[in-house]
Amino acid sequence: MDDAGSVIAFWLLAALTVGSALGVIAVRDLIRALVLLITSFLGVAGLYITLSADFVAVAQVLIYAGAISILLIFAIMLTPRASRDNAETFLQVPAFLLAGLVAFTIAFISLQTDWSIAERGGFGETASAIGEALLSKYVLPFEMASVLLLVAMLGAIVLVRPEGTPEE
Amino acid sequence: MPALAAWYDLRDLGHYVTSVINWLQDDLSAPDWVTYVVSGVIGIVAILLWLLISQLSFIWIERRIIGRMQARIGPNRVGPRGLLQPIADALKLLLKEAITVRLADRPLFWLGPVLIFVPAMVVFAVIPFGKGMTLADLNVGVLFVIAIGSTNTVAVFIAGWSSNNKFALLGAMRTVAMLISYELIQVLALLGVVVFAGSMRLGEVVAWQSHYNAWLLFLQPLALVSFMIASAVEINRSPMDISEAESEIVAGYHTEYSGIKFGFFYTAEYFAGFAISAVTVTLFLGGWTAWGLEEWVPGWLLFLSKLYLVFFLFIWTRGTLPRLRIDQLMAFAWKFLLPLALVNVLVAGGEVLAWREGDISSNVALPIFGVANAVLAAQLIIGWGTFMGHLKPERRAKRAVLTQELGAVYYVPPKRPAGEP
Repeated sequence: MDDAGSVIAFWLLAALTVGSALGVIAVRDLIRALVLLITSFLGVAGLYITLSADFVAVAQVLIYAGAISILLIFAIMLTPRASRDNAETFLQVPAFLLAGLVAFTIAFISLQTDWSIAERGGFGETASAIGEALLSKYVLPFEMASVLLLVAMLGAIVLVRPEGTPEE
Repeated sequence: MPALAAWYDLRDLGHYVTSVINWLQDDLSAPDWVTYVVSGVIGIVAILLWLLISQLSFIWIERRIIGRMQARIGPNRVGPRGLLQPIADALKLLLKEAITVRLADRPLFWLGPVLIFVPAMVVFAVIPFGKGMTLADLNVGVLFVIAIGSTNTVAVFIAGWSSNNKFALLGAMRTVAMLISYELIQVLALLGVVVFAGSMRLGEVVAWQSHYNAWLLFLQPLALVSFMIASAVEINRSPMDISEAESEIVAGYHTEYSGIKFGFFYTAEYFAGFAISAVTVTLFLGGWTAWGLEEWVPGWLLFLSKLYLVFFLFIWTRGTLPRLRIDQLMAFAWKFLLPLALVNVLVAGGEVLAWREGDISSNVALPIFGVANAVLAAQLIIGWGTFMGHLKPERRAKRAVLTQELGAVYYVPPKRPAGEP
């Protein structure tokens, strides 16, 4: 983070991420909110690149901008038309309070903590290191996550399965 | 490879850029970011120019080839043999009125054709066109290609949604549904390549193939087939172009686009086709190398000829095969390609493990793997196809809930009176 390029990139990406995230809650139309949300995801991917976490950045694009956004598209499309806008709800005030508290906590902690600055430079290649860590030291959480996801997938299939056989 | 110096040495176009960079650094003593920006801009402009020229040529070539395949002539009026047809087309698209529907979501309607270009062009950043001719050789290149390709859907969905047209929305939703099915297969297919090459850097995959003189086409035939099918789905090439199937839903997601906005979609489709061909050539066909031929012929020329050959395959399938229905396409992904791709990854992993742990010479191991995988691919495709084709009638899918919601037309056989067989 010493050279000017990284600093400029960081501030631009941070503005993009936060700005479009604010847009998500401000915009009325749900599809526009989704587009802004994807922009925010891409901004986060850019921030990962400035941290030289290339694998995490690409995974962010692949999973969030590619897959989660499609999940949200399906969720919006399967919602009845009447509720497709960012309507006002009675949960607005509690939600703002909660979000404010979370933001305050994170800001407070990050400002109060005495961060130690690492002496070494950026990482070289992270993909193989992450792969080895996942399949050796952290193999148990990794496998548990995959089993959990499988159970969730099966559960979803069972839940949406229509009752009985369809008409022949 | 001998030293590259002379200006007429066309084997490596990268050394022109290098000499410009050296001149900037040594003679003008420019700071680092200037050289960085200059080399980036040169690369981008070169890739863009090449893409535009290729696209203009292939509009004519594709239409002539398809015409020949369908026993008609094709464009032959504008210029000699119709050669100026692409230019006439481009002028027509530029001059036509670009209508915006009154009820369209205006910002998104404008954003759709712009965004559709991004994934198609950004992919070329990681493609090695020749020795030292890569814009950015990322160490997660393979994953980058897949990730960027998946964002294509967002652009298509924005276009289809903002048109405020039911056919456009149907086309967009079909794309979305297809992508989540076929992205998985793309990832699994490329996993086989990465397992063999041991790197996700596209330059190293090419180097691996050049070092062992073994194109991954021979080691991973099943991966190649599933990757090409999944990619054809992702870029909406016929016969998988059900998101713009003109016999069902007018023109799919770009129904409401006219003039140059339609031209953007048309161009982006070609760009995406070239991108997928480039990835296929790099990962499966040895990239810019060809068993030592790259010593004599410019590597980028080899790369481009392979690329055009793969693109011709796409044209060929378009001219030959009928369009699939959406439920067929979805079932094909989940029931046919997915199990095969999983088996392929398992086999590839086992082979590489045996090769590494067993200390087998690559001259022995790779031919065995090649033959074994080819036999396995043929057996799996034929066997699984036969098995799926002979399911008992009561176990075959009667209706697909999701695909029906997405506009699938499906046929319910009439009830037979009891007693008849």
